[in-house]
Amino acid sequence: MGQLAYNDTMIEVNDDGFLVNADDWNEDLAGVLAQGEDITLTDEHWKVINFMRQEFAENGKVPSIRRLKKAGGIPIKDIYRLFPDGPAKKAAKIAGLSKPEGCV
Amino acid sequence: MKKLLILGGGMAGTLMANKLSKELDGRTWSVTVVDQDDVHYYQPGYVFIPFGTYTEKDVVAPKQRFMPHNVDLIISPIESIDPGKRTVSLAHGRKLDYDLLVIATGSEIRPGETDGLAEAMQHNAHDFYTLEGATRLASVLERFEGGKMVVSVTEMPIKCPVAPLEFAFLADSYFRERGIRNKVDIEYVTPLPGAFTKPVASHMLSDLLESRGIALTAEFDTGEVDGDRGKVMSYDGKEVDYDLLVTVPTVMGSELIERSGMGDELAFVPTDPRTLQHREYEDIFVIGDATDLPTSKAGSVAHFEGDILIENIKHHIAGEPLDPAFDGHANCFVESGGGKAMLIDFNYDVEPLPGTFPVPGVGPFALLRETRTNHWGKLGFKWIYWNILLKGRPLPIPTRMSLAGKRTDMLQTVS
Repeated sequence: MGQLAYNDTMIEVNDDGFLVNADDWNEDLAGVLAQGEDITLTDEHWKVINFMRQEFAENGKVPSIRRLKKAGGIPIKDIYRLFPDGPAKKAAKIAGLSKPEGCV
Repeated sequence: MKKLLILGGGMAGTLMANKLSKELDGRTWSVTVVDQDDVHYYQPGYVFIPFGTYTEKDVVAPKQRFMPHNVDLIISPIESIDPGKRTVSLAHGRKLDYDLLVIATGSEIRPGETDGLAEAMQHNAHDFYTLEGATRLASVLERFEGGKMVVSVTEMPIKCPVAPLEFAFLADSYFRERGIRNKVDIEYVTPLPGAFTKPVASHMLSDLLESRGIALTAEFDTGEVDGDRGKVMSYDGKEVDYDLLVTVPTVMGSELIERSGMGDELAFVPTDPRTLQHREYEDIFVIGDATDLPTSKAGSVAHFEGDILIENIKHHIAGEPLDPAFDGHANCFVESGGGKAMLIDFNYDVEPLPGTFPVPGVGPFALLRETRTNHWGKLGFKWIYWNILLKGRPLPIPTRMSLAGKRTDMLQTVS
């Protein structure tokens, strides 16, 4: 467990830096989470983040990269360009969602 | 007469046919299995074919042999499922209706999902997840005199997640026996952060790769294969060169599921992880590789699921609540070469741990440790598969995973 300083308050995050309480998320905090990954959010990033949050709200599942491509129409290469080194995990973190389900 | 229809006569469909034929009252229920292929394939044996240990005759048998006499087996391609009308369309316009449906249509490799892979598989890239691929690879390996062999996992999840590791270990042994190991570089390429999915097993299997001189390239998400230049390329621009590529292409559910609009983005069917009922349709149950469950796509899983599913189908028929009893239990031998193997045993919540199995402190099998006994267990599994598992008979292994005999002190707390 850890904490993230944000606007005079401390936000709870887990060992991997994901929000513990999904309700803590807002668009401004997303920018802070993105900075932690050396990412400056652009409209292209927001398209991915918004789609992920919408998917999660509808299906209760953090969408995979393949789902972003098939249902969201976002080319996989773009996702890797926007969220380098582990895009599924990084985008989920910035979107305030949980870590994508580990594969078995 | 009520009709129970099973789609798919692989391991999961066959064992369910056997259980149902015994458990359902034959005066009120008929059981029918539909599959496009009249041959049953022993898929766990495929990994031995490239090395000449098994040949085709070890892994094929007529499907009819494993069907009880009171089960009707129809050999036909399946066009689509209409869950609203409770009908299944077969080829040539034939239609079947059902009162209960069991989907056991499995999973299959889809090389076409990766740019350039299908073309590369015409010359220097190979799979061992099909009988044709594994057989072709046997003759390729026989002629291979040296160079760089890359063993790769294209995308997770794959069927039998330990199989590509087994292939790498067996290849190491094979080239040693041929006296050309010093002329072969082996590199293992995976999208996972390490050799395997869960931390303790991943650490041990990564060490094992290193001890065999097999290089590990992790977190590599294959986006494209260029067979002409002998390159595997990741979505973020990394490249791995190869002379011989042995890959597990993207694995997806049956095209039938896609045609019926019943799958997720990988054509796996949304399934309740504890009861095995379809998440939307109460009269549909799903078993084996066809499910979207977060556990291994492996025969052992289908076996354990079968024990739960037969009870839940009986509950459903009796109008009783379903038992949320499935725990994701998987149990897999991992051939590690040189006549040894490991064994892993895990479920949704508990990762593979070292220990003894199935009798705590005794064994005879060792968990997450290489032993000769484990290897004999893997070879003996072929007999168990054909004679016990397909018939839906019980094994002396509990359906739900047990922590007894396991090094639970090595468990990391999951946040």
